[in-house]
Amino acid sequence: MPLLMPVLLAGLLFSIGVYGVLARRNAILVLMAVELMLNAVNINLVAFDVWLRDELLAGQVFTLFVITIAAAEVGLGLAIILLVFRNRQTAQLDLLDELAEAEDAA
Amino acid sequence: MTAVYVALLAPFLAALAGLLAGPRWPRAAVPVAVTGTVLSLLSALVLAAQAVVGPDPPEVSWVESARLASVPTGSVDMSLALRVDGFAALVSLAVAVVALAVQVYSTAYLKGDPRYSSYAALVSLFTAAMLLVVFADDLMVLLVGWEVMGVCSYFLIGHHWEQEGSRASAVKAFVVTRLGDVGFLFAIFALGTGAGSFRIADVLDADLSERTATVATLLLLCGVVGKSAQFPLHTWLPDAMAGPTPISALIHAATMVAAGIYLVVRLYDVFLAAPVTLAVMGVIAAVSMLGAALAALAQDDIKRVLAYSTVSQLAYMLGGLAVGSAAAAGFHLLTHAAFKALLFLAAGSVIHAVGTNLMPDMGGLRRLMPVTFATATVGLAALAGVPPFAGFFSKEAVLGAAEEAALHEGPVASWAGWLVLVAALLTVAVTAAYVTRLWLLTFFHQPRSGVAGHEPPAAMRWPLVVLAVPSVLLGLILTRPSTLARWTSARSWQEGAWSPGDPQVTDFPRVDLSPHLGMSVLSVLLVVAGAGAVAWAWRRAPAVDPTAALRSRTALERAFFVDDFYDRVVVRPVRRATRSVGWADEAVVGGAVRGTGREAGRLAALVARTQAGNVQAYLTGLLAGVLLLVAGVVTLAS
Repeated sequence: MPLLMPVLLAGLLFSIGVYGVLARRNAILVLMAVELMLNAVNINLVAFDVWLRDELLAGQVFTLFVITIAAAEVGLGLAIILLVFRNRQTAQLDLLDELAEAEDAA
Repeated sequence: MTAVYVALLAPFLAALAGLLAGPRWPRAAVPVAVTGTVLSLLSALVLAAQAVVGPDPPEVSWVESARLASVPTGSVDMSLALRVDGFAALVSLAVAVVALAVQVYSTAYLKGDPRYSSYAALVSLFTAAMLLVVFADDLMVLLVGWEVMGVCSYFLIGHHWEQEGSRASAVKAFVVTRLGDVGFLFAIFALGTGAGSFRIADVLDADLSERTATVATLLLLCGVVGKSAQFPLHTWLPDAMAGPTPISALIHAATMVAAGIYLVVRLYDVFLAAPVTLAVMGVIAAVSMLGAALAALAQDDIKRVLAYSTVSQLAYMLGGLAVGSAAAAGFHLLTHAAFKALLFLAAGSVIHAVGTNLMPDMGGLRRLMPVTFATATVGLAALAGVPPFAGFFSKEAVLGAAEEAALHEGPVASWAGWLVLVAALLTVAVTAAYVTRLWLLTFFHQPRSGVAGHEPPAAMRWPLVVLAVPSVLLGLILTRPSTLARWTSARSWQEGAWSPGDPQVTDFPRVDLSPHLGMSVLSVLLVVAGAGAVAWAWRRAPAVDPTAALRSRTALERAFFVDDFYDRVVVRPVRRATRSVGWADEAVVGGAVRGTGREAGRLAALVARTQAGNVQAYLTGLLAGVLLLVAGVVTLAS
């Protein structure tokens, strides 16, 4: 199988993830977009591992680590979002602008 | 030299003590100030005695000098050098006598004044500075004394600084004399570089080219004209009368204003090498003496009469110098110091009693204030040049020198001699006229104000009596040949060309100071004419000012509108210029500063708008930045 297909797929997924992180308002969807980006990286890792015929299968092992860490990270992320929602009754990112420069600061 | 050090240090230390301790122990101010001045007077007496006894052998002039320190400057070295000769000793004696008289007089005149202690200390400081000028043998040392005098004059004119007029006069005096002092400073530089030394002895010995001598003396003349209040820088002196009267007696009549004349006497050899300067000096002297005497004729304020008279008398000294006789100028300096100080103190005593400066409000004080009347009469007679009072002889010396310069070949152009002679003779008549007017208006007829005059306290009476003595006798004493003449004449005369047994030297500089018959008769006739004219006008209407009917009275009273002219040509344009400079400072410089602040704030507000709190927007910016950087690196690397 040519390398092009998985790399294209990974690029597509990563781009969708970047778009999701930058454009979606809902915090949970942003988190999901982050997962998409991580998975794009995973595909890259596996694809290059196969293409390079690595004896130690480092790419695949590393992918397993990433999946594990992603699971933990999502747990943590969801917990944070949950707390934000409880405190502020919203998870819309554009409404969470506490750190903005005050309007009359000038 | 010990006497010189004591004379300098005693008033200086008294001033220091007075300024430091004065506010805390106001009772100590009088003893401290008087003690310092008394010590100074005693030392001056010692010096004068040494000068009179003279050196051995008597052909040589008595001179002592000391060089205490030398200050290397990299080019022309300065040195702390002092020197005393016969003339310096006499001038220092005059300074000390007048200073002591003024100190004693002030204890009564300014009794109860809240600032008496600083006043007395400043008078002491002034005395020290004047003596430093008298004894200085280095132009830089002289400059120090010269400037300290100037600043003391400023402070003392502004003694009553609550009054707007006093402040303005003090500033005017300071600024106008400063104008001359700039020339003086550059004259010192010119002489120092020309002679390779700032020591007066070296400058006199140096073989200066005529060009250097002319430039240097013309610049020196600027300083002299400023300090000695000669035309065209004379305007500060009448206004300086805003100061207390004893100050006018000390600083603005007897000593500081005469310092300019003294300086020329000290450097007279350099002046003799510059005929152009002497001619300029003659013109200035002629204009000043006649103009100021005419202005004195129409003043109502008694102190302003005396101030214009001082300008006129100083012009006599300058005229004497211009026609080649340092001795005549020095002679008039000494007699003038005595009788003008006396006149100012007498005027102070009158003002003290009547409470006004204006002569139209005085009158009839002859019987109420007999001591003041008698001493003032002596002073006025000396001022007018009535024989045998002091002023007669010194004026004669100047007139004689002018006559000689006009008729004989000398260092001065004969037209300058004629100019000084004619102006001086006219001034004799005008002087007699204003003196008579002052005398009649103040002391005769009926008292015109409600205030009855009374004799001042003893501390004010005695200085008058003491100063009246030299006003009578000084002329007779100093006319003796071989004393003053020898001391003040140029150094070339001291080194053998002149022999003490020959008083009738007809060449320059004129050494013979005794009056000549023809000139004496002429000047006495002029005195009688001037005095008689005023007395005749007064006889017809004793209650009225004798010069009230003069058609040109306004011009005389305003001193020929010189002040108005300066106001229009100098003061107002300068004020306008300052206003525009102030506007430029406010609008341009200040505007730039304020604008910078305001614009920085606006820019910050603009930048702050990007910080909207939207994390996703930040992230987008971050990503864009990273992409830009990567793209940049890639394109640049390829």
